Amino acid sequence: MQTPAPFDYAKATSVADALALLDKHGEEARVIAGGHSLLPMMKLRLARPDALIDLNDIAELRGIRIEGNEIVVGAMVRHAEILSSAILAEHYPIFREAEHMIADPIVRNRGTVGGSMCQADPAADLSAVGSALKGTAVIQGAAGTRTVALRDFHEGPYETKVQAGEILTQVRYPIRPGAGSAYEKVERRAGDWAVASSGVFVVVSGGVVTDCGIGLTAVGADHYCAPAAEEFLIGKAPTEENLAAAAKIAGDSCNPVADQRGPADYKAHLAYELTLRALRRAARSSQGA
Amino acid sequence: MTALDEAPLSAAGNPIGFGRMHRKEDVRFLRGEGNYVDDVNLPGMLHSAILRSPYAHARIVSIDTSAALALPGVHAVITGETLAGLGLAWMPTLSYDTQAVLATDKVRFQGQEVAFVIADSRYIAKDALELIDVEYDALPAVVDAKKALDPGAPIIRDDKEGKTDNHIYDWEAGNKADTDAAFAAADVVVTEDILYPRVHPSPMETCGSVAHMDPVTGKLVLYTTTQAPHAHRTVYALVAGLPEHKIQVISPDIGGGFGNKVPIYPGYVCSIVGSIVTGKPVKWVEDRAENLMSTGFARDYHMNVSIASTKEGKILAVKVDVLADHGAFNGVAQPTNYPAGFFHIFTGSYDYPAAYCNVKAVYTNKAPGGVAYACSFRITEAVYAIERIVDCLAAELKMDSAELRLKNLLRPEQFPYTSPTGWEYDSGDYEKTMRVAMDIAGYDELRREQAEKRAKGEYMGIGISFFTEGVGAGPRKHMDILGLGMADGCDLRVHPTGKAQVRLSVQSQGQGHETTFAQIISHELGIPPEDIEVIHGDTDNTPFGLGTYGSRSTPVSGAAAALVGRKVRDKARLIAAAALECSPDDLEWELGRWFVKGDPTRGKTIQEIAFAAHGSLELPEGVEGHLDAQVVYNPPNLTYPYGCYICVVDVDPGTGQVKVRRFIAVDDCGTRINPMIVEGQVHGGLADGIGMALMEVIAFDEDGNNLGGSFMDYLLPTSMECPDWELGETVTPSPHHPIGAKGVGESATVGSPAAIVNAVIDAISPFGVRHADMPLTPANVWRAIQGRPVRTDMAVE
Ligand SMILES: Cc1cc2nc3c(=O)[nH]c(=O)nc-3n(C[C@H](O)[C@H](O)[C@H](O)COP(=O)(O)OP(=O)(O)OC[C@H]3O[C@@H](n4cnc5c(N)ncnc54)[C@H](O)[C@@H]3O)c2cc1C
Repeated sequence: MQTPAPFDYAKATSVADALALLDKHGEEARVIAGGHSLLPMMKLRLARPDALIDLNDIAELRGIRIEGNEIVVGAMVRHAEILSSAILAEHYPIFREAEHMIADPIVRNRGTVGGSMCQADPAADLSAVGSALKGTAVIQGAAGTRTVALRDFHEGPYETKVQAGEILTQVRYPIRPGAGSAYEKVERRAGDWAVASSGVFVVVSGGVVTDCGIGLTAVGADHYCAPAAEEFLIGKAPTEENLAAAAKIAGDSCNPVADQRGPADYKAHLAYELTLRALRRAARSSQGA
Repeated sequence: MTALDEAPLSAAGNPIGFGRMHRKEDVRFLRGEGNYVDDVNLPGMLHSAILRSPYAHARIVSIDTSAALALPGVHAVITGETLAGLGLAWMPTLSYDTQAVLATDKVRFQGQEVAFVIADSRYIAKDALELIDVEYDALPAVVDAKKALDPGAPIIRDDKEGKTDNHIYDWEAGNKADTDAAFAAADVVVTEDILYPRVHPSPMETCGSVAHMDPVTGKLVLYTTTQAPHAHRTVYALVAGLPEHKIQVISPDIGGGFGNKVPIYPGYVCSIVGSIVTGKPVKWVEDRAENLMSTGFARDYHMNVSIASTKEGKILAVKVDVLADHGAFNGVAQPTNYPAGFFHIFTGSYDYPAAYCNVKAVYTNKAPGGVAYACSFRITEAVYAIERIVDCLAAELKMDSAELRLKNLLRPEQFPYTSPTGWEYDSGDYEKTMRVAMDIAGYDELRREQAEKRAKGEYMGIGISFFTEGVGAGPRKHMDILGLGMADGCDLRVHPTGKAQVRLSVQSQGQGHETTFAQIISHELGIPPEDIEVIHGDTDNTPFGLGTYGSRSTPVSGAAAALVGRKVRDKARLIAAAALECSPDDLEWELGRWFVKGDPTRGKTIQEIAFAAHGSLELPEGVEGHLDAQVVYNPPNLTYPYGCYICVVDVDPGTGQVKVRRFIAVDDCGTRINPMIVEGQVHGGLADGIGMALMEVIAFDEDGNNLGGSFMDYLLPTSMECPDWELGETVTPSPHHPIGAKGVGESATVGSPAAIVNAVIDAISPFGVRHADMPLTPANVWRAIQGRPVRTDMAVE
């Protein structure tokens, strides 16, 4: 059994309470959501917070709902809830497709959207989905609430715009009528982190792509996205040739590093291959096929 | 298809003898009522943790334990220096090498044991580890086995006097001259470098122990994760000088072994020393990373394999050069005369006259071990080598791989068959088994489908593996471990009411011994299996024997159980005769009862006889009371289970992903005692095979950092990667085993990796690929297709 170093623990009852507890326990306190990233690091003693502020009882951080033309997902929404959400399935099949391949049911029952975004793992799948969909993060602190585009949310591996004393409360995604979306991931085994993933949405209207987003993970894509590839596609017909050219731009924009999941050339190839496969399916589905 | 008649059912619905029944032990396992080492809690017990080396190779300059000792709740900190004072800093391995218990001079692999903390709780012990200050002087590490013997390579074992290189041994088998001649005369020669990478058994339960040295009685009770409790007891006596009659080794429920729990680990020794030092029971249980990084790994064989044949595909000879990476200490567990285990059974299931192998073993800065993970003493490597090279030959000859095998398989009339490397295969009808597998697979149809798919640019592959194992070590005149002959005892007591207890030296780690051995006694005596208790895992209460590994429990202890049952049956005959007032010669046995020949109504059941044996019945001269017996079984030969496996995969060349679509496994393990348990063993082994073929590997970076030290990095297969197994059987009983049974515990682990790899290579052969090393992860498959295969034992670049 792996054992963490000693720490204090407090259960927050509301966002205000959580912020107060963070303030009280100081710089070395951390919030805990599902604990599936934080606890393993603590057990390996790679993380050693002085105190854990537990967000699991905070009702206002839960739920998936539509507000205006946005889908709002609370920070404490579990992976399993995303997987089974009718709202998300209707607007963005990319969520279901991604969630099917995130970890395993045990992790999905506990791990959260907020934890996933704030962990900022360079191979996180929801980060790629969030960047593809160009969502926004809602961050709350003692000074109030602010929003940050998800494409600006991540500062780098394991670093986000959430400052000490703040928490992420929501993630919001714009609704795009007629969008098709898809997620493609290669993993070495069910439940493993991505060797590479690509998630996209495409809106095809009047025979051309009018809007699209490409998200990538585990391949060293800046902010988990490929804006140059998106620009290339806008206004073009979703032909195999155009999709492949866009996927090529996406693949070339990545900067993967070799590890035991695979060498860099392979990951770069996957960035291309998976983006192409996702674009094909998303474009087809936007065209009602 | 079974060679046996159906057994009658007991009142509880179990077969009286052989047949399917639920495992008796599952009642407690399914309720979470198993009792594992970590469940053992003794009054006053202390906890412990091991400080491990972050370096693969470094000199220890100094160790300061004062801050750790000052932490409240810490009772003692033991270092190599403490142990050196007791003469215990080094211990012998099972291969007559030495291994550091706690490092004194140098650390030689990442994760090596450096200090041992004893504290009130596991938490405090781990906190204290962070307070131990070790100053290291880092040394260059030997990571690549191929460079271990380079001039100027750092010398790892400078603890051994006069050691000037990293060489361990050279060993050969077969006939070199004949083999060279056969190669020279052959039409076709195919050679391939084939790596069986380092993998780890990773049992669900990690290793651990609870040691209690009673300061008053001087008796040591050691609860420990061991597959061989008796062998461990004797080794502790020999090494530590503890009197053997005062050592009780208890191996409670074991959560998986696969060879991982055969060696003696430094943690066990430290828990014993810790108990001596503190006067209290001391528990040591390693965590997952410690298990993966420091305990007995498996394989790590770099094999250069060559095959010679006629142009018609008649195999003439095979030779193998092996570079064996044994890590920092030669901790391989195997019979003394066989430093490379049973690797030289690599000639496989085929009929050809000449074979030769040469094994060169080297030290590297990696964890010690080498024979583990259900490998039947390296038959896994042997089967992989021959089955892979036969496929390479088929590719070279442009011949169907099934046809090539059928052309070369040993024929039934050749048994008993003496192989070119000296094994005596006891029995087999190989072609029959292969045909059953091909029928289940629908082989010709699969080949047709493959051709159609290829035309459409879809990559489907079909892989075959035909394996022969030699298990059940072994005849004591050839086989011993540290001088202990590999024969097993067995005691049987039938109580007055006809219920029985059978005592065995072997130790179940999930094989279902409590059921199988009860069924064997049941088969011999007609006592229902639910009335027979199997007692094992406690050296004070069981006879001596060498333990469970190498698929030896059924071949050796299973034979002992059958024979002890027969001994009791013979005694029961004398007692029945006394009770029936007739001559024993007038009696005839039917299951569970002796009766008078020609008068079946006059007889005594085994239960009646048991009561009479303990009662007031006057017994004939020379017949002692009670109904007990003991035997020691020394096997005359190994048993030779075999099988044919066929795997069907689909490969996505754009991503390199492999999907195992079908897996057909036809095993011939002789008599099937409990077919359900046999199938369970096969299912588990097939999943192991998927793991090794597609994802498992412990690689190292150039500094010797272990890149497989957690389950995030060392991947085990899940049900998602496993197809519905399609099993079949043939039954060719072992002629020399009392009930005709052959071991099956490792068959599927041994036989399946080659089938999977062969299928993947078959799928991507249109890209010109003839071989790629395991594990065939998506990246490795893609790179093989690109013609730039990766080296899987090193960090990916
Ligand atoms: C075996 C396994 C496999 C996995 N596989 C994948 C995979 O394939 N793909 C994938 O994307 N993920 C994977 N994960 C990670 C999984 O998605 C985690 O659940 C997720 O990364 C973290 O969510 P959590 O709620 O458990 O966060 P926690 O572990 O509780 O927290 C993670 C970090 O986020 C911070 N945090 C949490 N919530 C907030 C908040 N509201 N505001 C500010 N900071 C916050 C915490 O302080 C901590 O630093 C895997 C995890 C495991 C254990």
